[in-house]
Amino acid sequence: MTPPAALAPFLAFAPALRQAGFAAAPEQTEAFIAAVGLLGPRSLRDIRLAAHAVFGPAPERMAEFDSVFDQVFLGRFLAAPMPGEPEELPAAFDAAGLDLLPDAGEQHEAGAEATAAERLSRRDFADAAGDDAARRLRRRAARDLPRRRSRRLAPGRGGIGDPRRAFRQMLRRDGELTVLPTRRRRRRQRRVLLLIDVSGSMKAATEGTLKLAHALVQGGERVEAFTIGTRLTRITRALRHREAGAALARASGLVADWDGGTRLGEALAVFLAVPRFAAFARGALVIVVSDGLERGGPEALAASMRRLRGLAWGLLWLTPLAADPAFRPETGALHAILPLLDRLGDGGSPGAIGSEILGFARRAGRP
Amino acid sequence: MPVRRSIAGLDGPAPLARAMRDAQYIADEGFATAAYLALALGKPLLLEGAPGVGKTEAAKALASVLGRELIRLQCYEGIDAAAALYEWNFPRQMLAIRQAGEAYVNIYADEYLIARPLLLALQAPRDRLLLIDEIDRADHEFEAFLLEFLSDFAISIPERGTIRAAEPPVVVLTSNRTRELHEALRRRCVYHWIGYPDPALEAEIVMMRASTVARATADRVVAAVNRLRAEPLAKPPGVAETVEWAEAATLLHAQGVAWPRAFARAIGVALKDQDDLAFMAPRLDALLVDAAA
Repeated sequence: MTPPAALAPFLAFAPALRQAGFAAAPEQTEAFIAAVGLLGPRSLRDIRLAAHAVFGPAPERMAEFDSVFDQVFLGRFLAAPMPGEPEELPAAFDAAGLDLLPDAGEQHEAGAEATAAERLSRRDFADAAGDDAARRLRRRAARDLPRRRSRRLAPGRGGIGDPRRAFRQMLRRDGELTVLPTRRRRRRQRRVLLLIDVSGSMKAATEGTLKLAHALVQGGERVEAFTIGTRLTRITRALRHREAGAALARASGLVADWDGGTRLGEALAVFLAVPRFAAFARGALVIVVSDGLERGGPEALAASMRRLRGLAWGLLWLTPLAADPAFRPETGALHAILPLLDRLGDGGSPGAIGSEILGFARRAGRP
Repeated sequence: MPVRRSIAGLDGPAPLARAMRDAQYIADEGFATAAYLALALGKPLLLEGAPGVGKTEAAKALASVLGRELIRLQCYEGIDAAAALYEWNFPRQMLAIRQAGEAYVNIYADEYLIARPLLLALQAPRDRLLLIDEIDRADHEFEAFLLEFLSDFAISIPERGTIRAAEPPVVVLTSNRTRELHEALRRRCVYHWIGYPDPALEAEIVMMRASTVARATADRVVAAVNRLRAEPLAKPPGVAETVEWAEAATLLHAQGVAWPRAFARAIGVALKDQDDLAFMAPRLDALLVDAAA
């Protein structure tokens, strides 16, 4: 049966929302049509209010939502594109169209200046030190990564009585209870999400960071790793290979944008636009390894970090620049996100990154 | 999806808004529409907004409009089934076993079951309104569990079998948005974002809530509060603070404190953070004079 023509805009609304990067489920369309029927509707305003109530856009995206609404119900088109142009993003998780390459030279210089001194000081021992740090992290990850209380209970010393075991014991001993069996909450390792900047300015630190990422994926229970440059690449799978050399070779095969420019804000927006990826950040310890030298404006980065803050349990930003004792987070981008971070730490060497992660987890991870 | 056009005699957003006003809650058009749709479609109503904009008050007013008992489940980190669903009264069960001696006793009868909010709501869905308060404070696992509860409206108790609601109960969820809720949970609900009310509406709320306050005082307090909200404060004053501030200033004025001073002296009920107070202190007098103009 073909739906009546009057229904057409209602049916077209959800796909248009999805195109614009909103989540819209079929049951919501069903509820939307029912809601409009309930309200009369006496005017377009009723339809708009019903759309707000049923699809529930986040308040900061209300304007965007309304413009999709206008487009579908009034046939009004906007001169300006939607922020972030999400329709082309999820296709390949590719930050294409961000036009990074033509002006990447400038970026290179700024980054190179900041890291040149470090590269000189690290080159000769980077390998051995990195391996040591990675081994240490791998060994201690299982014990030291943050944990959260689970809703599930397990036998153990704790404040919660265990009536089932108590009854068993009473049955066996003819109604006597000698020891009161108790249960306690199980504790589960939190997800860890690692976002690694592989742009040109991070060149010197990238290899060591990847080794640590491998150690973390191996040692932790639920660790996800992504690289961010001009593209967003998920390297978790490659890093699951037990042997570090093979895993790194596989990962570098996946990453096609080594040493390019970066627009962290947009890249993180791409990350968050994919619901499956955004779910990795939920309740997780999120670690960003980046110098925060941002090509795009600080607003885009701040907006993405605010969303990440809302999802994450802990937010850790490690920058190689912090290895310098004189470092102050004064670039526009870092300044904008500083209040959102749980910690801005040293990402200058694998050893420093490893101890930052374990240290943060130890301080905060005991619920 | 069962749709009921009229709920407790209210057949649209406008009648609902009028009934809410009688219950001491001034609802704007967006809220009335969302609440009416939630009731009519039998879906939970999800209210989000900054702390102190009256989310919980809205749920209370809705309960009184519908003539239902309000069952409140306050969420917190680590909330578990025993606090949300049900618990067995173990001491009474043990006593019953001892008393019965050799005889058979059913220790899983109703009298040994302690119903918690979610089960209470299921047992009498027609007489109760379930308020799940500050869902953003519960952890993700509990949120996932709620998702299951809100789609089936059933609880299974291993010793008793599944208890199912005869009809979907009225459920209101609130969130302060300290973290993002799961998309799947939002999808199941009718959503409304409660912002700060506009000045005229807020003055009306002050007049309704605080009986002793004069209209001019209410207008000045609202003007001052709106200026405070524009400042980068850690804890901007909510609607409840506006009402309290107006009441406190009126009280001080009645005891002989002059007007701008009365507001400044009572600032402690509007700003409840030492850093905010220190930040505002040098400019507070100017701001109050400005607001009074």
